[in-house]
Amino acid sequence: MGILEVKDVGKRFGGLQALGDVNLSVAENTVHAIIGPNGAGKSTLLNCLVGKLIPDTGSVMFDGQSVLGRTPFEINQMGISRVFQTPEIFGELSVMENMMIPCFAKRDGSFRMHAIENMHNEKDIVEKAEAMLEDMNMADKRHMHSSSMSRGDKRRLEIGMCLAQEPRLLLLDEPTAGMARADTNNTIDLLKQIKEERDITIAIIEHDMHVVFSLSERITVLAQGTPLVEDTPENIKGHPKVREAYLGESA
Amino acid sequence: MLGLNKKDTSLLVIVAALVMFAPFILNPFPSDSGLAQFNAGYPDLMQRFVIFGIFAIGFNILFGLTGYLSFGHAAFLGVGSYSAVWMFKLLSMNVIPAIALAIVVSGLFAVLIGFVSLRRSGIYFSILTLAFAQMSFNLAYSVLTPITNGETGLQLTLNDPRILGESATADGSIPVTSLFGLEMRSTYEMVVGPWAFQFNAGYYLCGIIMLLAFYLSIRIFRSPFGMMLRAIKSNQTRLNYTGLNPRPYALAAFVISGMYAGLAGGLMASMDPLAGAERMQWTASGEVVLMTILGGTGTLIGPVLGAGFIKYFENIFSKINDTVLHNWFSFMPDGLEDFVVFLIHPFIGKGWHLTLGILFMLVVTFLPGGLVEGGQRISRMVKKKSDDDTNAKTTPAE
Ligand SMILES: Nc1ncnc2c1ncn2[C@@H]1O[C@H](COP(=O)(O)OP(=O)(O)OP(=O)(O)O)[C@@H](O)[C@H]1O
Ligand SMILES: [Mg+2]
Repeated sequence: MGILEVKDVGKRFGGLQALGDVNLSVAENTVHAIIGPNGAGKSTLLNCLVGKLIPDTGSVMFDGQSVLGRTPFEINQMGISRVFQTPEIFGELSVMENMMIPCFAKRDGSFRMHAIENMHNEKDIVEKAEAMLEDMNMADKRHMHSSSMSRGDKRRLEIGMCLAQEPRLLLLDEPTAGMARADTNNTIDLLKQIKEERDITIAIIEHDMHVVFSLSERITVLAQGTPLVEDTPENIKGHPKVREAYLGESA
Repeated sequence: MLGLNKKDTSLLVIVAALVMFAPFILNPFPSDSGLAQFNAGYPDLMQRFVIFGIFAIGFNILFGLTGYLSFGHAAFLGVGSYSAVWMFKLLSMNVIPAIALAIVVSGLFAVLIGFVSLRRSGIYFSILTLAFAQMSFNLAYSVLTPITNGETGLQLTLNDPRILGESATADGSIPVTSLFGLEMRSTYEMVVGPWAFQFNAGYYLCGIIMLLAFYLSIRIFRSPFGMMLRAIKSNQTRLNYTGLNPRPYALAAFVISGMYAGLAGGLMASMDPLAGAERMQWTASGEVVLMTILGGTGTLIGPVLGAGFIKYFENIFSKINDTVLHNWFSFMPDGLEDFVVFLIHPFIGKGWHLTLGILFMLVVTFLPGGLVEGGQRISRMVKKKSDDDTNAKTTPAE
């Protein structure tokens, strides 16, 4: 049993069958990549996992519990964090504040009325957020307005914010899309470091094969809403079906 | 001090000093001079400054922090006033229970309206709040007449029970509002040469409550809760995917700001014990939006400045009439004098709204951060200038 079990998930948009009977099992503490051509349904699948979309059929189990029918913040509190294609951070807040918010979410749950508490008395939160910024190599940027950072730094901050929640499963949707080579390599290094240092399962959607092959232990190829094959990176590279559906197109 | 950092503490001290010395500060012109009509240091107007200050401070907790723009906050003002007057009718003329009931009832009312309105965001939220407020206004005028006394407005009468007080005073008149015997209308007048400074009990009660309200708002702004509210404004998607539920945070902010409005309404009734439906009209809701934006949305002091600014205009500019203008420009040749008065006429008296509108447009266009941004720019300019001066002296080349 994997930490994430997707069974027979289907999703229609009007006349379009975006997902048809997807089965996917992600083993704990592995990096699992989901690849496939544009419009294959990768993002749709991910949205079904985090509560943004509700699948028409099938079931999604995380750590033995169903995520279906739960709101995004409830699913997040179960231990699934998500990184977006374009970094979603709190642009008007400082980098430090951005990092403190997930720390509060982890400690206090989805709502707590701390309206007149003083921020200085939240020592544990401040320390944790600072340590996390240190980990992300962003300690020097703590007072910056987060919207004024480079895209690579925003991505780094977003990943850090997700990690601050100590999730068991981290989902990334094209984390290096639109990034310069240097930023992409930074992100790969960061994800490698995370994988080594933490007990965490990572599922990543990615078009950049360099990223996919340098990180993942398992790869699922999705085409037209259904999984074609699932195997190790070595086997996927030479797989004729994959070449046909995916690599052939970009090679 | 008081759990505030240095900067916030000094801001609070400055505001406290302004409130305490307002009777002097707002009365700079000798009463026999031509400029005396620009004096604002009389009790009635000073009370309005601080009461609307409270209203705007509370509104800013919702709008400034979460970005949810309510167009119906006057409903809470009205509910607060009605509640307070009922307390004067039924219980006693002491203002404390009246103010307390005003806060509680407006808070409950805000839970109801907020719960429904916050299901939508953006313009739909604004429209929902506006609809609720107009509904309250119309109900107060018609169906709810037994509670609100309809068009006449709710007033005190000689037949009110006032269980803990007296229905009528010994000389047969309606008793006045008081704080444990200290009458709200009692005023001490200090005459210094041509100046007459007025110290009114009601004003000081409102002023102290405004300082408490201001202090509380600073604490909220600086708290983790305040940070969550700013996060709602900044990115609700990220908040949701960070395991936080924006709805109860926004509702709490809505209720807190509704209670501030109720407090302001209760104080209004405590200064002058009557309540009418017009207090709930949409123009009153719009006014607090203008105050907040004009002063500086999301800043601590902005709403207070905006409230003072608008109330000053409303009361001072509206009193300037053509006779006054002719007096001012009497040094000019007759034809020119008439022409100048003709030019200025639309902007004064009943036309003060026009002046305010133009000023509002100018501020929003050139100072998006409101009066506070104006102040910041000036202080930066002064600072830069003095920096340049010192630099020029110490390090000639850089
Ligand atoms: N909300 C929606 N409404 C209608 N159709 C949608 C919606 N979301 C996705 N689709 C369609 O579903 C199909 C799968 O889309 P999806 O975004 O999951 O693909 P993808 O694999 O993520 O592609 P890409 O690599 O381009 O990101 C596409 O044809 C898309 O147009
Ligand atoms: Mg996609």
